[in-house]
Amino acid sequence: MAKKNKGVKTFQGRAITPGECTAEAVVSHGGFNTLASMQMMSIQTKTKCVDQNNPDLYKKVLQGKALCLPQTIGSTTGGMFLYCAVKQGKNPACLLFSKEIDSLAAAGAVLSEVWAPESPMPVVDKLGDEFLDYVKDGDVITIHPDGSVDVAR
Amino acid sequence: MEITMKLTPEQEALLNGSKGEAMAKVMRTLVEYGQIYGATKMVPVTGECGHLVLSFGLMFLGPVFDLYQQLIDEGCLPQQKLTCDPLPYDKNVPQNGISKVVAKVIYSKQGSYNKQLKKLGMKNPGKDSYTCASYMTEVGNTPKEGDVLSWAESSAVVYANSVLGARCNRNSGIIELFGSIAGFVPYFGFLTDEGRKADWVIELKTTKMPDAQLLGSAIGMKVMEEVPYVKGLDKYLGTELDESATTYLKDFGAATASNGAVGLYHIENLTPEAKKQGEKLIKKDAKTYVITDEVLQEVKDNYPVIWKDPTAKPELCFLGCPHMSLQQMKDWTHILEDGLKKEGRKKVSIPTVFTASTPVIEEFNKTPESKTLKKMGVVVSYICPLMYMDNPLCQTKPVITSSNKLRTYTTARFYSNDEIAEMLTKEVD
Repeated sequence: MAKKNKGVKTFQGRAITPGECTAEAVVSHGGFNTLASMQMMSIQTKTKCVDQNNPDLYKKVLQGKALCLPQTIGSTTGGMFLYCAVKQGKNPACLLFSKEIDSLAAAGAVLSEVWAPESPMPVVDKLGDEFLDYVKDGDVITIHPDGSVDVAR
Repeated sequence: MEITMKLTPEQEALLNGSKGEAMAKVMRTLVEYGQIYGATKMVPVTGECGHLVLSFGLMFLGPVFDLYQQLIDEGCLPQQKLTCDPLPYDKNVPQNGISKVVAKVIYSKQGSYNKQLKKLGMKNPGKDSYTCASYMTEVGNTPKEGDVLSWAESSAVVYANSVLGARCNRNSGIIELFGSIAGFVPYFGFLTDEGRKADWVIELKTTKMPDAQLLGSAIGMKVMEEVPYVKGLDKYLGTELDESATTYLKDFGAATASNGAVGLYHIENLTPEAKKQGEKLIKKDAKTYVITDEVLQEVKDNYPVIWKDPTAKPELCFLGCPHMSLQQMKDWTHILEDGLKKEGRKKVSIPTVFTASTPVIEEFNKTPESKTLKKMGVVVSYICPLMYMDNPLCQTKPVITSSNKLRTYTTARFYSNDEIAEMLTKEVD
């Protein structure tokens, strides 16, 4: 259930990798294809989405943003790419899933937490469809360790 | 991390570092990963071989290679032999000089990664273990029904689950290796009976057999990660998993997995569990998706074309993502041969590459079709077309394909098999 207070709406999710973070939202209403989106990050100065099939995110900067999405889809390299992005500082600041996290993104989150503890990337899932309906590009997102997420505009 | 999963004393010891720091971290990763999905225990990996998705020495993936080196240095090696996705380059595939140099730079870690793979333990010698279709009999990593696997590669996982009746989650790269090292995987999702039930009923109402890659795309984009139960496809594929049915399902499944996130599908009267359990596999609250000719056309019409010049003359055609089966290579040879004969022509109009595993290519080379294909100017390669297209210089080329997976991940433009056959055999304007 979301709570609203003076331009800030709060959603409660489940903290997959707990942490604190504030970042600007970028929103994908369809599944986020990690490989298709992030495969060019090695030659980009800042990671941008290159997935032609994602009209919400195509050509937008992902690095350092609060990536809001239903789930990830596509290649099983997904978790591995997320882990590498985290290790090299090319990752979104945090991942916010409206649904239950998929197994590829879950792998990315856990691999990053266990093998790259020096670069935390908070991940929250089960924020609900209402979250994804509400959040817009440019909203300021604040994540708390208990999995609650503030959306300010 | 609070451990809620019930571990054996041996597993607890591993978690506590009895076999070193790397193994403890492998264990912790598997436990945390499983607990996200409520796994209560680990179950043994019973499949004979593992399959890894990472086959390419992409320079950006340095952290993965570092992690693998740590595992090797600490003796954390798989308890089973491995196959692996296809290699990223092959000198036989058309590529200009600069593009070749760029490929060498992008995949500069290939040599050292191949050495790591050798230490991790590949199933076959040379290049014979490198294919996304390792489940083909020629390659020999063919799981049995009910086998628990620790695989990655979306097209291989969906094939193993659906066509072979094995049990494997959609594992990410690295996680699949961890399962092969530990010898067990967390019990959740497609490993459980409940997780294999269908969330969707797909009613196929087309007027002819749909293109496998287009049908898979439509279903994948609709059901995403859920399990579809497809009714009406047995009318075209029959009720036996013969080579033409398995080839169709290979391409269909790859499209469901890449255009969506499908890890398991059931085909009524055809795939093993659907044959045994029928509609008992369908969940009570399953949703329905009706697919007609119009639905498929709409899906196809909505694919974006991101060529700089959408009217450009195609410069290359890739067939075989996932890698082709032997029967598929023969069938395509006959299709092209007949088409060219009708047009009074001898060679394909667009440089064309068929991709398949080296064991399948070796078998193909023993057939009369091999010479015919060569005469028509078609190149046969073990390459991963997706990795070829990841080269920024190749991305600017107008490449066509009948693979919906390749379309999804690259700038390649999708055409149906019938359209591709026509484009390759007729004069290009």
